[in-house]
Amino acid sequence: MSRLLASPADLVVSDLAVVHDVEPVGLVADVVPFSWVDGPGNRFAVFLQGCNLDCIACHNPHTMPLKTPLARRVSVPDLLEEVRPVVPFLSGVTVSGGEATLQAPFVAAWFAALREDPATARLTRYIDSNGCADGSTWDLLLPHTEGVMLDLKALDVATHRELTGLGNAQVLDSLDRLVAEQRLAEVRLLVVPGYNDSEAALRATGDYLARRAPGIPVKVIGFRPHGVRAAARHIPAPTAEERTAYATWVAASVGDDLVTVA
Amino acid sequence: MPEFRDRARTLVDTPALTYRQRVQALAGLAEESLDAPKVSAACAHALATGLVCDLAEGHAPYRPRYLLPDYSRALAHGSEFLGLAAPTDLYEAIAFLLSMYSQVPSITGYPVYLGDVDRLLEPFASDVDDETLTKLMRLMWVTIDRSLPDAFTHANLGPDDSRVGRTILALERELLQTVPNLTLRVDPTRTPDSLVLDAVQTVFACGKPHFVNHPMMTADLGPDYGVVSCYNSLKVGGGSHTLVRLNLAESAKRHSGDIESYIATTLPAHVAINAELMAARITSLVEDARFFEHSWLVDEGLLSLDRFSAMFGIYGLAEAADHLVALSGGTGRYGHDADATALGWRIVERAAELVSRTPLPYCEGNDGVAFLHSQSGIDSDHGVTAGTRIPIGEEPPLLEHLRAVAPNHRYFASGVSDIVHFDDTATRNPQAVVDVIRGAMATGMRDVTFNLDSNDFIRITGYLVRKSDLAKLEATGVARHGSDVLAAGSVANSHITDRVVKRVISSESAPRVAG
Repeated sequence: MSRLLASPADLVVSDLAVVHDVEPVGLVADVVPFSWVDGPGNRFAVFLQGCNLDCIACHNPHTMPLKTPLARRVSVPDLLEEVRPVVPFLSGVTVSGGEATLQAPFVAAWFAALREDPATARLTRYIDSNGCADGSTWDLLLPHTEGVMLDLKALDVATHRELTGLGNAQVLDSLDRLVAEQRLAEVRLLVVPGYNDSEAALRATGDYLARRAPGIPVKVIGFRPHGVRAAARHIPAPTAEERTAYATWVAASVGDDLVTVA
Repeated sequence: MPEFRDRARTLVDTPALTYRQRVQALAGLAEESLDAPKVSAACAHALATGLVCDLAEGHAPYRPRYLLPDYSRALAHGSEFLGLAAPTDLYEAIAFLLSMYSQVPSITGYPVYLGDVDRLLEPFASDVDDETLTKLMRLMWVTIDRSLPDAFTHANLGPDDSRVGRTILALERELLQTVPNLTLRVDPTRTPDSLVLDAVQTVFACGKPHFVNHPMMTADLGPDYGVVSCYNSLKVGGGSHTLVRLNLAESAKRHSGDIESYIATTLPAHVAINAELMAARITSLVEDARFFEHSWLVDEGLLSLDRFSAMFGIYGLAEAADHLVALSGGTGRYGHDADATALGWRIVERAAELVSRTPLPYCEGNDGVAFLHSQSGIDSDHGVTAGTRIPIGEEPPLLEHLRAVAPNHRYFASGVSDIVHFDDTATRNPQAVVDVIRGAMATGMRDVTFNLDSNDFIRITGYLVRKSDLAKLEATGVARHGSDVLAAGSVANSHITDRVVKRVISSESAPRVAG
């Protein structure tokens, strides 16, 4: 890739698209060989650099910009070699971010390579996404992906915009498609006090998910100020009782057995 | 003699001891009044100065340290000694085993091995419904805890799934007893994920079971092996006469010179000293006390001398490697620095080679030599890391931890313990723990034990205690469990320290009355 790119800092989304025609390359913020919180079982989690949302509550803000000297460029064969020694310990791999779907050609190529290699073929391949991906992106990813854990920052479009800078039409489209293709592993609701924590909003979200994504587990996550940008540090973390209340409101429609609190 | 009489009097008068503890303490005192098996002056000096340690087994060995009766044979044939015919149903089978346990000795005074209880009882379980099975197993498990109050008493499960095994795991989660200690034998081709998952959920509740790599064990010990006490794997129908351990930390400290000369001369000399003490103890047990000539277990074919060997323990590897690295001007530490860790592996490999070339009497159970064992420590060890572990509290992240210790495991046919800690995240993703167990075994780990940080149960050296029981003991001074005779000796000697809270757990390894 060095023949195309002078340094990682030069890399932008459009470059990635060009580069992928030649040899897919990922811009990786971090790799965690053992993750117990990114899907079922023990998983090799890859955090890609760059996000298309600007979430107030983001707890990994350093993974948001595409231009950063902190990330490293990784080829598909390189990432395959990184996972290889850990394979006996894993249920699968998860690509998170940043926003994983922003580098869909790379993710699809890595997943395909994992599936083709007999040593890694049994690993399940999951994506953690904010849902801001169009149909052609999912076309590229879903043939190689077993499950997607989807963030729904807010059901109400104005709240979504306030929290993330963008509306949620694409997120809701993604939700429908993932349900239709039986790829939705979990919906994650990050509840931020003062934004999306009202009983009415959470009950409405529960109603929506019960209708549009029946039988899908929902994880209710209370906002934590740890790691967030200065602008969000004043937001209080909900108490355990408050988090339980959130879950109860969501579970009213979704069902107790499908809702967990983190 | 006046001292002997004073100490006997003190034991009789110590109010904190139960009757049974008092009897055991007095027996220990009597044994200590005899002469220890004869060894060379160099060996005696090594014992007195802590280079080698006989784990306070006593001066006059009169029963093997660990013995693993063939319960399956006993159930099939009945026992003349017990006056019991072969059981015909689950009720009789449980009564048979409980009776038999009461007649099985070991170093602790209690049986250290209860058998592979699922395999023993499953054939009888088909006649009873689930409710009856649970009720009977609950009675059995409660009786074991109340009548054999020693955390070294150990039952085995697996590798195959069974109703009895599942029932025991469910009861463990319900009863939350420290006794018995429990091992699940895991065979990737036979043990279903759901059973390992059930066992992991049980670890979350009570710190048990311990997991062993069944294919690796059977490759080294044959199909009939058991895990006893803590992390000691031995042949069923046999056992280990003794366990004497070499303090590698001390061994390295006594060395002057470089790493090569340690490997070439100092380590072999120290291995020979440890082996000499083992030989003396084995010979005393077999030829003087003639255990194998007057045991009903031998008479009835439930134990045989030719399935016995002895355990050559090593511990303090971390300090030994660090010290030798420092002697060569380095600063790397075992478990953290690649060279120091590799030196640790080399020391273990060399010790294994030396032990495998050192003939010992009456060790036909392992072709005439001892089993190497990574000894998981005793309560009085201070500043020396158990076995071949990375020092507690300094372990690197899980993957690096497993990679650092796994290469040692192949050398320890009779067991090695590396305790892996995890936090509450695990409880929300138990499959991840199953994955780690499977991965650990696939990459050469023989034994895998977990400690959940938030649990009431903690492993001390290898056995379990409840933090709440320790608190109770501190408050009241009385413990039903573990209740070690020998702690009484420490009482008599006014050596009670904060360590006493640990000492009540085990009868195996606490310091003897006559230190």
